[in-house]
Amino acid sequence: MTSTAPASSFGRFRHRHLLGIEGLSPDEISLLLDLADSYAEQNRAHEKKSSLLRGRTVINLFFENSTRTRTSFELAGKRLGGDVVNMQAEASSIKKGETLIDTATTLNAMLPDVLIVRHPDSGAVQLLSEKVDCAVINAGDGTHEHPTQALLDAVAIRRHKGRLQGLTVAICGDILHSRVARSNIHLLVGMGARVRVIGPPTLVPSTIDRLGVEVFHDMAAGLKDCDIVMMLRLQLERMHGAFVPSTREYFHFYGLTREKLAAAKPDALVMHPGPMNRGVEIDSEVADDIPRSLIREQVEMGVAVRMACLDVLTRNLRSNQAAE
Amino acid sequence: MSGLRSEAGARGGPPLALVNARVIDPASGFDQTGGIVVADGVIADIGPHLARSGAVAASGAHGIEAFDCRGLCLAPGLVDMRVQLREPGEEHKETMATASAAAAAGGVTTMVGLPNTKPVIDDAALVESIARRARETSRVRIYTYGALTRGLAGKELTEIGLLAAAGAVGFTDGTQAVADAQVMRRALLYARIFEKPIIQHPEEPALARNGAMNDGEIAMRLGIPGIPAVAETMMVERDLRLVQLTQGRLHIAHVSTRSAVNAIRRAKARGLNVTCDTAPPYFSLNETAVGDYRTFAKLSPPLRTEADRRAVIDGLKDGTIDAIASDHAPHDTDAKRLPFAQAAFGMIGLETLLCITLELVHNRYLALPAALAKMTHAPAGLLGLNAGRLSKGAAADLFLFDPERPWKIAEKDFHSKSKNSPFDGRPVQGRVLRTWVGGRTVFHLAD
Repeated sequence: MTSTAPASSFGRFRHRHLLGIEGLSPDEISLLLDLADSYAEQNRAHEKKSSLLRGRTVINLFFENSTRTRTSFELAGKRLGGDVVNMQAEASSIKKGETLIDTATTLNAMLPDVLIVRHPDSGAVQLLSEKVDCAVINAGDGTHEHPTQALLDAVAIRRHKGRLQGLTVAICGDILHSRVARSNIHLLVGMGARVRVIGPPTLVPSTIDRLGVEVFHDMAAGLKDCDIVMMLRLQLERMHGAFVPSTREYFHFYGLTREKLAAAKPDALVMHPGPMNRGVEIDSEVADDIPRSLIREQVEMGVAVRMACLDVLTRNLRSNQAAE
Repeated sequence: MSGLRSEAGARGGPPLALVNARVIDPASGFDQTGGIVVADGVIADIGPHLARSGAVAASGAHGIEAFDCRGLCLAPGLVDMRVQLREPGEEHKETMATASAAAAAGGVTTMVGLPNTKPVIDDAALVESIARRARETSRVRIYTYGALTRGLAGKELTEIGLLAAAGAVGFTDGTQAVADAQVMRRALLYARIFEKPIIQHPEEPALARNGAMNDGEIAMRLGIPGIPAVAETMMVERDLRLVQLTQGRLHIAHVSTRSAVNAIRRAKARGLNVTCDTAPPYFSLNETAVGDYRTFAKLSPPLRTEADRRAVIDGLKDGTIDAIASDHAPHDTDAKRLPFAQAAFGMIGLETLLCITLELVHNRYLALPAALAKMTHAPAGLLGLNAGRLSKGAAADLFLFDPERPWKIAEKDFHSKSKNSPFDGRPVQGRVLRTWVGGRTVFHLAD
C-alpha cells in the first residue's frame, strides 16, 4: 500500500459505494465526519466552490419524492464543481414499466461517476450498485439505511457536544419503518454512544436490542438524562388504527413537548430529520426553541456531509484509475 | 413404432437386465446387491440372483440385453408431490416438457403439479387436458391436484368429486392457505367421501401480509418486512383442530418451523389423520442465505432460523415429516432480478431434490433407504399413487445413481427453463446417472 499513488492517503475508506453505515469501520466514519467538518467551514465562506469534481458527472436518481435530500446532494455536487443531473422517477421511463436493472444499465451507459439513489424498497440501491461501474451513494432505501442522514446527524452532534463517545442519545418514534433510525443506531453505537430507542411496541422491532440499543416504551423513562433527543417523522399513513390508534393518542404519549423534554439533561439538544409533523411527533414550542434545537444545523451539515462523501468516493475512483 | 428397433426394456423391445446394482426398495426394505429385469416397460424380475450378468445368461432368457450397474444404486424413481409446472399460462417460465426434462435429470419419474396455473385447475375438463398434454409432451408421469376453491379465491368449494373422478389426486389452493376456517372445515368434511387429502400451505395470511422473509434480526437489519414463524404455527394448529372436528384428511405442505413440527408430532401422537412434507431448502439452508438481498433465497415459506432447520431434520428423523418434495417453483429473471420485497417467491428444485436430500445421508441423519422412502413410496402412498415401489409387475420407473459422486451444482446445467436456485455453486455428493420411465430411458448423464 505504501508504494502506491499519493491518493493512497485516502485508502482509509475502502469501499467503492456508500450503501449503508453497517459495515463501515469507526475510522472510516471519522474520516467522513472530519472531512464534512472542513466542508462546513468552506460552505460558510463567501467562495463556496471548488473544482474537485470538475469533469465528473453526478446523477441524482430519485424513485421517491424528496426535496431536501435531493437539493442537498445537488448543491454538494455543484459546490465541488461537478455536473449534476437530477432524474425523478415520475419524469423518466421507470413509470413506463422499465425495470430497475434496465434503468441502471441505461444510466451506466452514460458513464456517470457517481450515482445517488433513493428508492422505496430496501436493498434496491445495493441491487443497482451491482449493475453499474460507477460509485453509488444510498440516499435512502426503503426501511433499510440512509447513511448520509446518520453522518450529518453525527457531525451536528459532534460540533455541539465535541464528541460522540459516551453521549446518551434517544431515538424516538417509528423505529420499525425508519431507515434513519437504523443508520443512526449503527453509527452511534459504533462510535461509542449509548443509544436508546423509544416508541410504542408496534413501532419498535422486537429484535432491535441486537443492534446494541436499550428499548423504552415510556417517554419519560427513556429521555431521562439524555444528551440528545432525536425525533423521527411519523408517516401519516401509518396512523389511524394500523400501528397506533390515532394522531392524538400518539402525540399524548410520544410527542415531544417541553414537559417531556424536561426529563433529559438541561443542555439536551433536539434533532429531527425533517420534514416535521408539528403536533404529531413534536410540539412547535420545542421545534422552534432555537438554543435547544439542532434542526437547522442538520440541514446545513447535510450539504457538507454529502460533499465529503462525494469527495471520498471520487478520490477512490481516481486512485483506482491511477492503479490500472 | 416406425420401423426402428425399440429400446431394450421398453414396450416392444427386448428385455433389459440391470445387473450388479445395489437395489434399494424402501417400501419392502430390500437393500442388496442384485438386479432387475425389465420387459415391456414393467419389472419382470427382481432379486439378488441378478447380481451378475452371468446369472442372466444362465436364466436362458432369449435376446436379453444386460446393463452393468457397476455396484451403484438402483431405486424406484422419485415421486415429487409438490411441483409448479407453469403450463398452461406461464410457458415462458416452464413447460411440462422442460419440467419433465428437469425431473428426469433429477431421478424424478412421477410429479404432481399444483393447480395454480393460468387458468387455475378448478374444473374437471382442465384436469383431463393436463393429463392429455402430459402424455403428449412429458418424459415422466404427471398428476395434478385440483383447486380446493374456485379460482383459488378461498371462498367456494370446487367440484371436488368431479375433479377427483377426472384424476385430481388431492385438493389444495396451492401457494395460498385457505384463510377462512369455515371453508376449510367444510372442505375437510366434504372431501372425506372421495378419500382424497387436502393439502394446505400453512400460513396465516394476515400475519404474513407484505412479508418477504423470516421475521427476526436479519429482516430487521435489512429493513425487510418479516413473516413470523407463528404465522405457520397458527395455521397448522388451527387446521389440526379442524381435522379433529371433521375427521378429515389433511396434508400440510412444506413445514419450515420448529413449532409446526412440534405441533404435528403431538397431533400424530394423538392419532390424528395428518401428514406433512418439507422441502430441501428447509433442512439445508437458513435465513442467513438471504445475505445481501439474494432473491433466489426468497421462498414461501421463508427460510427460517438455524433452530428451525435443525427441528425440520429432527422431524424427518423421527417420522413426524413423512415426505420430501422439491417445491419446484420456476421464475424467470424478470420475476427475480428485482428489489427483494418485489421479487417472486420460490426456487426450482427438481434437479437438486436428490443431492440436497443426500446431505442428510452423508451427515448421518438418515440412512439412505429412509431418505429415499420420503421421496418414493411415502408420498405415493399419501396420494394413493401406484408408484415409488419395486415389485414384479410394477411399471419400470427407476433411476440409477451414485450416492458418493461429488459434483458442483451449476446453473448452466439445469434442464429447467428457469434457473432460480439458491444452490447454484454448492458442492454436493450424489449424482443421477440414468432414469427410466416405463422401461424407457428418459435421462442419461453425459460423461
